[in-house]
Amino acid sequence: MSNTAWETLSNQAVATAGIVYFLALVVYLAEWAALRQPAADRELVGAGAGDAEPAGQAPEPATGAATPRGERVAFLGRLGLLLTVLGCAAHLVGLVGRGMAADPNRVPWGNMYEFTLTGTFVVALLYLVLYRRFGLGWMGPLVVGFVVATLMIAVIWLYGAVAPLTEALNSPWLVIHVISAIIATGAFTLGGIASIMYLVRMRAERRAEAAGRELSPWLARVPRLDALDRLAYRVHAFAFPVWTFAVLITGPIWAHEAWSRYWNWDPKEVWAFITWVVYAGYLHARATAGWKGRKAALLALVGLATLWFNFIGINYFSTTSQHSYAAERPEILRPAQVSGLSGG
Amino acid sequence: MTADSRRPGELNARELGRWMWRQITSMRTALLLLLLLALAAIPGSVIPQADVDSLAVTRWKDEHPKLTPLYERLDLFSVYSSPWFSAIYLLLVLSLVGCIVPRLLVYYRGLRAQPPAAPRHLTRLPVHASYATDLSPAEVLDRARAVLGRRHRVRASTGSTSGAADDFVAAERGYLREAGNLVFHLSVLIVLAGVAMGSLWGYQGGVILVQGTTFSNNLTQYDDFKPGGLFGQDRLEDFRFSVDKFSVDWLKEGPRFGQARRFEADVSYRVGDGKAKRYDLRVNHPLEVDGTEVFLIGHGYAPVITVRDGSGEVVCTGPTVFLPRDASFLSYGVVKCNDAKPGRIGLDGLFFPTFEMRDGNPVTVFGDDLNPTLSMLAYTGDLGLEDGRSQSVYVLDKSKATPLTKPDGKPLRIDLQPGDTVNLPDGLGSVTFDRVDPWIRVQISQTPGKGIALVGMILALIGLCASLFIRPRRVWVRAVPAGAGAAGTMDGTQGGGGTLVEVAVLDRSGNGEMDEVLTTVLEQLQKDPRS
Ligand code: HEM
Repeated sequence: MSNTAWETLSNQAVATAGIVYFLALVVYLAEWAALRQPAADRELVGAGAGDAEPAGQAPEPATGAATPRGERVAFLGRLGLLLTVLGCAAHLVGLVGRGMAADPNRVPWGNMYEFTLTGTFVVALLYLVLYRRFGLGWMGPLVVGFVVATLMIAVIWLYGAVAPLTEALNSPWLVIHVISAIIATGAFTLGGIASIMYLVRMRAERRAEAAGRELSPWLARVPRLDALDRLAYRVHAFAFPVWTFAVLITGPIWAHEAWSRYWNWDPKEVWAFITWVVYAGYLHARATAGWKGRKAALLALVGLATLWFNFIGINYFSTTSQHSYAAERPEILRPAQVSGLSGG
Repeated sequence: MTADSRRPGELNARELGRWMWRQITSMRTALLLLLLLALAAIPGSVIPQADVDSLAVTRWKDEHPKLTPLYERLDLFSVYSSPWFSAIYLLLVLSLVGCIVPRLLVYYRGLRAQPPAAPRHLTRLPVHASYATDLSPAEVLDRARAVLGRRHRVRASTGSTSGAADDFVAAERGYLREAGNLVFHLSVLIVLAGVAMGSLWGYQGGVILVQGTTFSNNLTQYDDFKPGGLFGQDRLEDFRFSVDKFSVDWLKEGPRFGQARRFEADVSYRVGDGKAKRYDLRVNHPLEVDGTEVFLIGHGYAPVITVRDGSGEVVCTGPTVFLPRDASFLSYGVVKCNDAKPGRIGLDGLFFPTFEMRDGNPVTVFGDDLNPTLSMLAYTGDLGLEDGRSQSVYVLDKSKATPLTKPDGKPLRIDLQPGDTVNLPDGLGSVTFDRVDPWIRVQISQTPGKGIALVGMILALIGLCASLFIRPRRVWVRAVPAGAGAAGTMDGTQGGGGTLVEVAVLDRSGNGEMDEVLTTVLEQLQKDPRS
């Protein structure tokens, strides 16, 4: 296959992935709508979610329900999952195509478009991998919604044609540094979604209690607060060492090879460090009385915000970053170094 | 001694000190300091930093004359070495030490201690279960010891004090979690030590070398040099290297048209009086000589320009480094010939690697030197060279110079291609463009402590993983004859004559799924021993 054929394939696969994810989102929304059933069979749902069963898993009230509505909800849930799997497969084809289209072939992490493509892929893949273990059925619409939205941003604003890597990127460390950074980003994003739901459910629970009514059916499907908190912690606890490896070990090693200084306080590095420190704060917060739960969740979201700001925002915000992939800088020379010269 | 003479409510210095120490080393303080550190790092990513991009700092200062003094006072152009940033992380280090040392002692003691005895009321623990069995209590406890012993440390059953054996088994696991946590926090200190060594004893220097020239590693040869606080000249390794050939691949098609790739400098180097060796200096492929590293970080063009003065004498010759202004390698440079007679000659202007006229404008269409062209203006008279002030070789002081003009009064523009010569008016001499040589810019640096920082960081990662993924827990199993009434439980589980077993699991990390653990333990305990 020629390079252009690969590139076309990649573009088509990404478009397909987007559409399939979108369909998945629609199905999940239909599922959500189906959950808002009349009071008659809501009893079942409420019972499933509200009892004191200590399992950490999300109760799956609807799937077992013998009512036609319950069946429909279960069916829609399965369909949504299937579509997510298909979307993820197309997504993978899109990524592989990007790598094959380049000459010489390479990992598809050369520019913002490719980073975002990979980042969203990791979010979707991690979701599917963890689906069973953590009972993540309830998370479907959020994950797919996030992936669709970010893919759209990537395609519309970040797209760049396939091109060879800039020289500094041409290193084995690229592979290892970027893959770990992207995996961590995907995991932090999933963890962040869990933290958001923690806050949402907490608020909803308070309100429901104040008003003396039950939680809405969809929220009732979301795991209980302690389980959510634990889920968020586990995902963050996975992501944090990976992030440490990416930005504080492989990043500096590579920076040292390419730019002679392993840590340069470059804006991208600064924000990676900020993210690291905030998540370290999150891990501390969970062990500090008074910060457990809500404040820890808020901190996790601050971490997530710094992470995505660094991933996309800083490229447009700062012009001094050597990491500004958005604004291509085809020479290896840094103007700063030239200007620093003086006679003699 | 002051205790009795003290008024109520007053703390003595010792107590105050202890109180402050406790505040500083508290988890909450650590958390706040971490957040403060994150916050304090932000300005440096928005405001240009002198260490990172001094040009950007200068430009910023020009654009914001009002804010500049304030920013300077707040060290906002060097955030990461400012007193206030340092204060935060030093406090954090203090807090860290104060936090770690006592915990090390506690941990050491804990390592040798037995798992604690079972609480009296196991069923009051959050995760517990009980069941009845036909086995005798002793059999149950033996079983529990066997089951738990595989993956836990089990409390030695003596019962020596009361004379009777314990009616419970206590087991604990996950000691490595705390060890991992301690290793992680200690490693943070190691990393900081490594980084500090680098900034105290290391140095960074840069120099531009035209193809064919040789660099000897001593201070006078550097264009710029940034030593660490404790750097001494004797740390400069005795070596020299020459740039034999530099080559670049230019992309002639595709979306990155015009981008340069595969920068490659053939270098031969020699340490002390040793043998000359060759090295292929590339991006991501630095040359290391006895702890000093040489990095290829830039390149450009040095047109070889020869200036003859009025008497035909060569007064300036050789490659002149022109600095690229943008990615197209349109470059700017100057030539200063002080000894020319009858008048000094100064030139400044642009170098176009691939010159073309587009819509009446001179442009360079490519970075490669396919159609190298010089376009300069000439000056004579006072070039600002005699007042002894050192001057950049890349700047021509034209404030008092006289521009050379054509007969019609327009400035004389000297446009040259390799081999061309132009005569200057008024018998001042001539300018010849001989050829173009490439130059490279190398960064030469020593970073002592980088190995220490790396090892520290790897240790930190290992400790971190241990700390995050090991789930410490305690398990207790109590077996008492049914009917004897296990402490406080009468929840309908006792059967006539059998044994009542209570199992409780305590999560020591707050993150585990203890229900699963309990289920497993119960399953193992209740498995038919004869099967
Ligand atoms: C440079 C500053 C610090 C950093 C980067 C840092 C980072 C971390 C990280 C990432 C964790 C979670 C992983 C683990 O459990 O090992 C953690 C946990 C912990 N840190 Fe720190 N820390 C710092 C300073 C401190 C200080 C000053 C204290 C003491 C007040 C402290 C006490 C703890 C404790 C007790 C835990 C365990 C929390 C738990 O049980 O989950 N840390 N720290």
